[in-house]
Amino acid sequence: MSTATYAGVTVELNDEGFFEDPNAWTPEMAEEMAKAEGIDALTPDHWKVLEYMRKEYFEKGTGPTVRVLGKNSGVDVKALYQLFPKGPAKMAARLAGIPKPKGCI
Amino acid sequence: MTKRIVILGGGTGGTLTANRLHRHFKHHRVDSEEVEIVVVDQDNQHLYQPGLLFVPFGLAHDQDIVRPRKKQLQHGIEFEQTGIDHVDIHSDTVYLENGRELPYDVLVIATGARLATEETEGLTGPGWNEKVFTFYDLPGATALEEKLAAFEGGKLVLNVVDMPIKCPVAPLEFCFLADWFFTERGIRDKVEITYATPLDGAFTKPVASAALSDLLVEKGVNLVTEFNTGEVDGEGGKLIGYDGREVEFDLAVVIPLHSGQEYVGRSDGLGDDLNFVPTDQRTLQTKAKENIFAIGDATNVPASKAGSVTHFEGDVLVENIIKFLDHKPLDEGYDGHANCFIETGFGKALLIDFNYDTEPLPGHFPAKVGMPLLKESRLNHMGKLMFQWFYWHALLQGRDIPGIGATMPQHGKEHPTPTPEGASA
Repeated sequence: MSTATYAGVTVELNDEGFFEDPNAWTPEMAEEMAKAEGIDALTPDHWKVLEYMRKEYFEKGTGPTVRVLGKNSGVDVKALYQLFPKGPAKMAARLAGIPKPKGCI
Repeated sequence: MTKRIVILGGGTGGTLTANRLHRHFKHHRVDSEEVEIVVVDQDNQHLYQPGLLFVPFGLAHDQDIVRPRKKQLQHGIEFEQTGIDHVDIHSDTVYLENGRELPYDVLVIATGARLATEETEGLTGPGWNEKVFTFYDLPGATALEEKLAAFEGGKLVLNVVDMPIKCPVAPLEFCFLADWFFTERGIRDKVEITYATPLDGAFTKPVASAALSDLLVEKGVNLVTEFNTGEVDGEGGKLIGYDGREVEFDLAVVIPLHSGQEYVGRSDGLGDDLNFVPTDQRTLQTKAKENIFAIGDATNVPASKAGSVTHFEGDVLVENIIKFLDHKPLDEGYDGHANCFIETGFGKALLIDFNYDTEPLPGHFPAKVGMPLLKESRLNHMGKLMFQWFYWHALLQGRDIPGIGATMPQHGKEHPTPTPEGASA
C-alpha cells in the first residue's frame, strides 16, 4: 500500500496504483492523475467512460471488461484504445478511482 | 392442485437440482399440495464437459463423455425436450418452442453459458475448423483431434477472447497437454506454443498465477498478456488485438466470448447485457423475481464457471427452494467454493481449492493429510480421471461425495504471510 496526493488530498493506493477507497475519489483527482499518465486533458469522451466505470462498479462490485465498455459506455473499442492507450479497462479504472476489474474466475 | 418447479436446462446444475428436489418432495408437501418437477432442455445429450479437454489429444471420445439427459433424471421427474422461447416473469410462465406454456411456482435457470463466436470478427470466417478451432464444444474438440494428430509443426496459439469463460484453467491445461502430446510425438522442438490471454498473468489469483506462470516457463510455453482479441485473420494466420498487436499462428485454438442463452435476452427483466442472470451470490435467488433461482454458468455470480461451483451451489440452492416454498427466510450459505484439478501432462495434475474470500493456496485437500494443493502429483491426475465416475453416479444423482463439502475447508491450507493485498481475491 502507498499514498499519493491528488488535488491536495492524500489517498491510499494499492500496489498497482488503484484506489483503496473508491469513495475517496473526486473528479479533480482524475484530471491530475490523467496528466501523470500522459493524457493532457480529459475530454467529454474520457468522462463518459469514467462515469460508466464508476456506475458499473457501484452497481456490480467490479469494473467492466474492455468488451463490455465498448458495447455500453457509448465509446467503441477502437476509440477506447485511443483514449486510454495503456489498456482501457485498467487505465480507466485507475483514473475512475475504482479497483482493478476482476476477470472473474 | 400441485405446485410446479420448472428447471430450465438438463446439464450439471439442472440435473442435480432436479434429483435432489425430487428426493425431498417425494416425502414432503407444500401447503398440503404435491410438488411436480419439470426439466426442459433442447436436446437429450448430456455432455461431461470436463472431458472436452481430453478429446483433441485422443484421450477421450464422444461416446465416453455423452449420455442421455433423461436417463440421469430420477423416475417421476418430467423431461420436456424442446427449446425455450422466453420466460414471462410477470405471469410466472415459460413459453416453449413447441408451443407449450408452462406456468411455475418456482423457476430454476440452469441453462449454462453459450459460445458467442459471432462476437469476434473473422473467428468463424476462412480457416474455421481448418486452422482456427475451439475445443469448448464437441464438434470443435473432435475436429481438433484430427488436426493435432496430423500437425507437423509450427506456431500453436491458444487464445482466450474474454473473461469470464467456463473452466478458466482449461486453456492452461490445453497448453500443458499440448507440450506432452508433441513431446510424445517426437516433434516438440518443431512446435512453438503460445498462450495469449486478456488477463495480466497466467491466472486471476496471485499465488496460483505465479505457480502457473512458472509451469508455463518450465514447459516452454510463451505467455502473451493483456491481449484483447479484436479480429481473427484465418487466411493471414494472425490474431489482431484491439491495441494493434498481432500474434501469428499456424494453428489457433480460440476460446470464444461466453454469454448466457439467447432466450434470456428475449425474457423481459431476466438477464444482463450478456444474457447472464443477475443472482445473489450467497442465496442463489435471482434479482429478477423472488420465485426465480439460478445455478451454475448461467448466473453472473463472481465465481468460476465450473462444475464444482455448480455442485457446491446445488446444496444451497435446493435448501433455499425448499425454504422459499415453506415461506422461510433463505440461507446465505454459498461461499463461492470452487475446486479444480489442473491437468499438467505426463500423468500429473495440480489441485486448487478456493472461495470468494480465499484464493487458491498451497497445502493439502481436504485436510492436512490429503491431496497436494497447487503442486503437481500423480495422485491428482488419478483424482481427475476418477472424477468422471463420481460425476455420473454421485454428483448428478445429488448424493454427497465423501470428503467434498459445499463449504471450503480451511484445514490444510498454507496462508501466505500477510501482505498489503492480503488474501483478498
